[in-house]
Amino acid sequence: MAEYVWPAAGDRLHIGKHISRLDGPVKATGRAKYAYDVNRRGMLWAIMVQCPHAHARITSIDTSAAEAMDGVVRVHVIQDVGTEIQWAHDEIVAVAATSEEVARDGAAAVKIEYEVLSHFVNERAVDEAPDAQPAQAETTGDPAAAMASAPTKSSGAYHVAQIAHCSLESHGQVAEWQDEETVTLWASTQAISGVASQLGEQIGIPASNVHVETQYMGGGFGSKFSVDRWGVVCAQLAKDTGRPVKLMLDRDQEVSVAGARPSTHAEVSTAADADGNVVAWDSKSWGSGGPAGANSPPLPYVFSFDNQTHMHTSVPTNTGPARAWRAPRHPQACLVTMRALEDLAHAAGMDPLDFFLKNIEKTGERASTYVEELEKGAELMGWRDRWRPRGSGTGTVRSGLGLALHTWGGRGHRSNCEVLAYRDGLVEARIGSQDLGTGTRTIIALVLAETFGVAVEQVKVTMGRSVLPASGASGGSTTVGGVSGATRRAALNAVDAVFERIAPRLGTEMANLELRNGQLHFKDGSMAAMPWRQAAALIGVNPVSATGANPGPGQLNDSGVGGIQMADVSVDMETGVVSINRMVAVQDCGLILDMKLAESQVYGSLIMGVTYALTEERVFDPHTGQMLNAEMEFYKLAGIEDVGEMIVHMMTGPGYDERGVIGLGEPPVIAPGAAIANAATNATGVPINEMPMTPERVLAAINGGMA
Amino acid sequence: MAQTRYPKTPRDEQPEAGVESAETKARGPFSRRQFLRGSAAAGAASAGLLSGILDDAAAQGEPGVAGPGAVDMAFKINGKAYVATLEPRVTLLDALRNHLDLTGAKKVCDRGTCGACTVLLNGDPVYACSVLAIEAQGAEVTTVEGIGSPADMHPIQQAFVDHDAQQCGFCTPGFVVASAALLNRHPNPDQDTVHRELGGNLCRCGTYAGIRAAVAQAAGGGTTNG
Repeated sequence: MAEYVWPAAGDRLHIGKHISRLDGPVKATGRAKYAYDVNRRGMLWAIMVQCPHAHARITSIDTSAAEAMDGVVRVHVIQDVGTEIQWAHDEIVAVAATSEEVARDGAAAVKIEYEVLSHFVNERAVDEAPDAQPAQAETTGDPAAAMASAPTKSSGAYHVAQIAHCSLESHGQVAEWQDEETVTLWASTQAISGVASQLGEQIGIPASNVHVETQYMGGGFGSKFSVDRWGVVCAQLAKDTGRPVKLMLDRDQEVSVAGARPSTHAEVSTAADADGNVVAWDSKSWGSGGPAGANSPPLPYVFSFDNQTHMHTSVPTNTGPARAWRAPRHPQACLVTMRALEDLAHAAGMDPLDFFLKNIEKTGERASTYVEELEKGAELMGWRDRWRPRGSGTGTVRSGLGLALHTWGGRGHRSNCEVLAYRDGLVEARIGSQDLGTGTRTIIALVLAETFGVAVEQVKVTMGRSVLPASGASGGSTTVGGVSGATRRAALNAVDAVFERIAPRLGTEMANLELRNGQLHFKDGSMAAMPWRQAAALIGVNPVSATGANPGPGQLNDSGVGGIQMADVSVDMETGVVSINRMVAVQDCGLILDMKLAESQVYGSLIMGVTYALTEERVFDPHTGQMLNAEMEFYKLAGIEDVGEMIVHMMTGPGYDERGVIGLGEPPVIAPGAAIANAATNATGVPINEMPMTPERVLAAINGGMA
Repeated sequence: MAQTRYPKTPRDEQPEAGVESAETKARGPFSRRQFLRGSAAAGAASAGLLSGILDDAAAQGEPGVAGPGAVDMAFKINGKAYVATLEPRVTLLDALRNHLDLTGAKKVCDRGTCGACTVLLNGDPVYACSVLAIEAQGAEVTTVEGIGSPADMHPIQQAFVDHDAQQCGFCTPGFVVASAALLNRHPNPDQDTVHRELGGNLCRCGTYAGIRAAVAQAAGGGTTNG
């Protein structure tokens, strides 16, 4: 029987190397077909009419003018008269037509009347919220007493705005029915298996009759787990018209209704003893991600103190609902905690690097990892030589350093994989997972190739279809552990199955065979090694098939990572503009399968962090309830000139590799905002407590609250 | 192949000779001044494009309106001839994606902000969402599909693969086209030039470090990442 372990460091053929993503060429040449790119013969376009009000009741819908238009094939009422609408841009009617232009004309011709109701969109003013929902405080020890007797204290209010996912490929899909009972959905989704089940239930056919296809998808970041109302509407329109239908969200819909990361506002008091040990934490937070409010961020973050208390209030608003955004609730908690601890370090007269190291045992079981990572980060940033106390700078443009710690789980999800070995030497993995651009396809291929001892180009990955062996949704950094565990086990089983098939034909025993470096070896030396292709010819016409699953036997993946980041920023004291000079990320994630893809995840996270730290915000007009910046010219993403120099260091080797694979999609995106805010505070000498750190807000902080 | 009836709006007073159709050669190319004169004479239309069409159509003794119904159009894209019958309001991006099944250029912001739809028009990068298809007639259109193929990649495409300058890949075609144009203009660009020339493209996954390295490789200037 196979031993379900990863190969030892000296025996690795591909694992840990810099391997280019396999679908790089099709993407770089524009050949990759995303859901948005699927064009079917006779396909209709669907456009949705949105509610302009943040809170309203539908009083009438008149679709007659739209229905009378040449080219309009079907008008579908999504939410009917009498429905109470809870956020602006919610979908009311869909119009399917023979061209995108006519569909837009048809949507514009639909007349809908509303009774406008009162709304609330500004959760920062929690005292004005009509439906604030405070939770019980969670308390350990006696924070009030510890606070009262401590020599060093600090307090502050910290604010993280709502942001949007703003996936470049908007949400949507193409639906086409093969017969009355079978539909294919080309969907932009992070969860092909889940979407098939959801659509089947909602449209009344067996889930097995829903074929979801996602070979490439243009970003999700946690917002694309559900079939969504537009997926059901698209399938319904296709059924009603008997034609394929494409329905993709417009950009304003994408930014306003298809994904929000909740805001967090917090008031924090902290205290330390004379040596700089944190002895007390007291926080009250509130925030919103739409009509369901927002769950509490994990405060205090990373650290646990002997005396701590936290209380959270969820604030429902009439805004497009929250969806999971990479590392849900962690970036907000990180900003609040790391800013508060930096303020306490300042109050204690300490370099925050020393202060964090002093308190590192309070991070728990990852403490030694954080120490190693802080030391490595300090070396890469030149922290010891370059850090100066807060506000030491002079002149118009002042620079400063900041740091932050983060943590995440990232254990592999449930996944199945079938591996087939064919007599022409091809080895194929079949797995119902999806590649969001993280490199899942490449990871599966390299694990399969590693296990068979062949080149990555000699294996094939068949994925992105819901009819394949079920695999989990791609979220929460669970995919890499899930698919690599399932593929490794299936591939090890397949190697055994190949040996079982060919050993008699070679006149030897299974146990005498071994695959290494593209060759079949005979352990007893009874025959010379033969190329894998020659050995595979003995498989015969029926391919060998074997399956594997995650979880399963052997520790192939684990949960729980640390990670630290440091920022070097400059702030223009006259304009309030924060610019990034350099970011340093030091990250562990267990056994790294593809170093190039791992580094890409961290670079990307730093960049996504810079953009939410400096520019991203869903801005709502309190009077109309409308989102004011639901287009990309006003919902600002950082450009290539905005992100500074980036240094990424991955922790590998003993102490890390033997843990097995741990996910990486979430951890490095958590800390950039906090590190940048601490650096801006260090540079300006005044607390920079709000994200995004727009020039207006930074200038207000510099001027003591007056912009 | 249908004749080119509506030449694209020239960006400059002097259109490139290579893009003139038989008709524009016979009648002389339009200039912006002619458009403005035409507009004034027509006394109604305010948009330069529409006035050009009116001027053009009037000169041929035809009714002075193109559309609103679909009209025949002809394009030269990646060196091949294409014809389509499209409404005059259709953008070049929608013509490529919805009517010609050239889906490399992506629709993201649809209003000239993100650069995902970048194509070359006579060698210059433009946002295809902000050009009307009717304007692109007579021009050499190059999409990402025309820059190279998986089996025969352009050096910038190979460099994007080598430096993993792509994740989800939805912004990638726009960046590839913009980078190819950048290298045509500046074979050895410094970092400021790279940032300026690619500043009109946005990525959400965060691939800028890889893109910087890819451009450096394709320019032959090194492979630093970051």
